[in-house]
Amino acid sequence: MANSSEIKYLTPIAVDVKKKKYCRFKKAGIKYIDYKDADFLLKFVNEQGKILPRRITGTSTKYQKKVSQAIKRARHLALMPYVADLLK
Amino acid sequence: MLNQYETVFIMTPVLSDDQMKEAVEKFRGILREKGAEIVHEENWGLKKLAYPIQKKSTGFYHLLEYRAEGEIINDLEIAYKRDERILRFLTVKLDKHAIAYNEKKRAAKKSKKVEEVKAETAE
Repeated sequence: MANSSEIKYLTPIAVDVKKKKYCRFKKAGIKYIDYKDADFLLKFVNEQGKILPRRITGTSTKYQKKVSQAIKRARHLALMPYVADLLK
Repeated sequence: MLNQYETVFIMTPVLSDDQMKEAVEKFRGILREKGAEIVHEENWGLKKLAYPIQKKSTGFYHLLEYRAEGEIINDLEIAYKRDERILRFLTVKLDKHAIAYNEKKRAAKKSKKVEEVKAETAE
């Protein structure tokens, strides 16, 4: 009990170093998100075809709006599904 | 005000090649008649739809990019709606970033083509 501060672990405890998320559009200087490029937009949906939130992708508000707009357009043109399972 | 627009539309797969071309020509004609200037055109051919539309799982995709007055879009969309061969259409106004993006994409394609031709002639 007295030596509680001197506990030694056999394996070092994994301390999560959180990697800072960033907006890929800001970083790469992409100004326009093409709704015709379904393969690219696939990165921003989960396997059910739902749009991923900003908190997961790290996209900034400005571009998240454009991403969601592009995905919705792609869905209208049947380039992407509205609902799916096992998309990936 | 002259704006740049882009329309993607899907035609039914039951059309023959000539019928498809005729349908495209119809919309091209409408654009020309209304004084629009066609900037670019792309035929994506028969593509699989992500979900069935009117019980059809494939469709002919076609893209038209043009510069026109805003007023003609209404008439154009009515023409699309009335045409039974059209499954879906989407007209989008292009902002300056979109125009730049499209031009860049086209230029990249062109240079690629030129390279291919060069490679062919070199062989």
